[in-house]
Amino acid sequence: MLLPAPLLLLADSRLPAGGHAHSGGLEPAAAAGAVTDVPTLAGFLRGRLATTGLVTAALAAAACAHTARAAADHGRASGWTVLDAEADARTPSPAQRRASRSQGRSLLRAVRTASPHPALDALAAFPAPHHPLVLGAAVAAAGGSPAHAASISAYGAVTGPASAAVRLLALDPLAVHRALAELAPRVDAVAAEAGGFAGGDPAALPAASAPALDVFAELHLRAEPRLFES
Amino acid sequence: MTRHYTAHAAVRAERDGAGRVRLTRLRSDGPYALRATPDAVHLVGAAAGPLGGDELNLDLEVAAGAALAVRSVASTLLLPGPGESTTRVRAAVGHGAHLDLALEPAVAAAGCRHRAVTDFALEAGATLRWREELVLGRHGEPAGRYSGRVDVTVGGRPLLRNELRLPDPDLCTSGAVLGDARCTGNVLLVGPGLAAEPYAADGLAVMPLAGPGVLVTALAPDSATLRRRLRHGEERART
Repeated sequence: MLLPAPLLLLADSRLPAGGHAHSGGLEPAAAAGAVTDVPTLAGFLRGRLATTGLVTAALAAAACAHTARAAADHGRASGWTVLDAEADARTPSPAQRRASRSQGRSLLRAVRTASPHPALDALAAFPAPHHPLVLGAAVAAAGGSPAHAASISAYGAVTGPASAAVRLLALDPLAVHRALAELAPRVDAVAAEAGGFAGGDPAALPAASAPALDVFAELHLRAEPRLFES
Repeated sequence: MTRHYTAHAAVRAERDGAGRVRLTRLRSDGPYALRATPDAVHLVGAAAGPLGGDELNLDLEVAAGAALAVRSVASTLLLPGPGESTTRVRAAVGHGAHLDLALEPAVAAAGCRHRAVTDFALEAGATLRWREELVLGRHGEPAGRYSGRVDVTVGGRPLLRNELRLPDPDLCTSGAVLGDARCTGNVLLVGPGLAAEPYAADGLAVMPLAGPGVLVTALAPDSATLRRRLRHGEERART
């Protein structure tokens, strides 16, 4: 089966949507000494995947399903307000809410420029929609399914911090890549779990939290110098 | 034969015509024995546990204009047993009412399989203080499996949905989740006039939510440090 190129573009870290400016909490975790080498990085990525990774993948899948439903019954813009509030409620850290919204805005600009689609216009009404909502809508616009949205989201939840770790800690890129390869089955498992929530009640979406990531995200704003925004 | 508890305790506080708060319902059940004192309703553990298989429910209702504080006299030890143990708190807080729910820590003993579910439904204009503390294992032992989820809505809108899933030690010790902390906890404040600016220190974050509340999250090596950090965070959240 072909992997549709429009979806590969959304999963590509070279997508000009500002993702390179965010470390997913890796920079403050490294500064705090919580990640120092490849084994601690692997542990960090497993934890991030099971928490933030699961939540954002489920939101992306729900957003993708919502896009498809909204297209079927003309509009339903209110659904976006509901999903946006559900994303907020799952993101207690103001720094993480800001990072999610700023990446959402960048992604929306990139995908609307590259391939305009009516599904993306409803989100443009938000000043800065959350990243997983934009990703889910972009996957739907590219012809993908909620499962695709969950996969791309879960994949990005670990690859972003992994490449930040290579830059920040000067880790061996091959060893980091091996850690990612070992995580791949878990990425698929999280995506499958997340995708299962797509059509359900948004209130019941997973809400797995990572207390350390929350603390790191807020500490990061006080740190100088910073290489990454979050 | 193992005996399981399925208990359903309940408290309802109302404000009478003279402006006094009355407990119009105080129902103890199984391990949940409730004692009313002038300051608070106390949860007195009348049995060990919960043990695996137990299902303990606590319903709290604070009617418009009333105030209720709920405390416990000792920490709760989550113990293994056949099956999963569950504690469920459902709280409804009316307009102009205040609920202050702060129980002593839960200790996830080795081998436990516990799920804690907490639901707060606040009407617009209701206020809340909620503290939860979790200790991962008794001294020198690894914690069992624990998951806890809290859902808070204000006027039907979601304010906070927060879940701690610790299915295995591997995930606990992830630098993204708890790192080397053995204790974690939260204080949630809901209401007007709370801090608008976040604050962070070692093992502590004070996070203004998108809605009318502030979540204080702390991580600590021991329960005394956890309590101190949460207290400090709560002070910051109120300034």
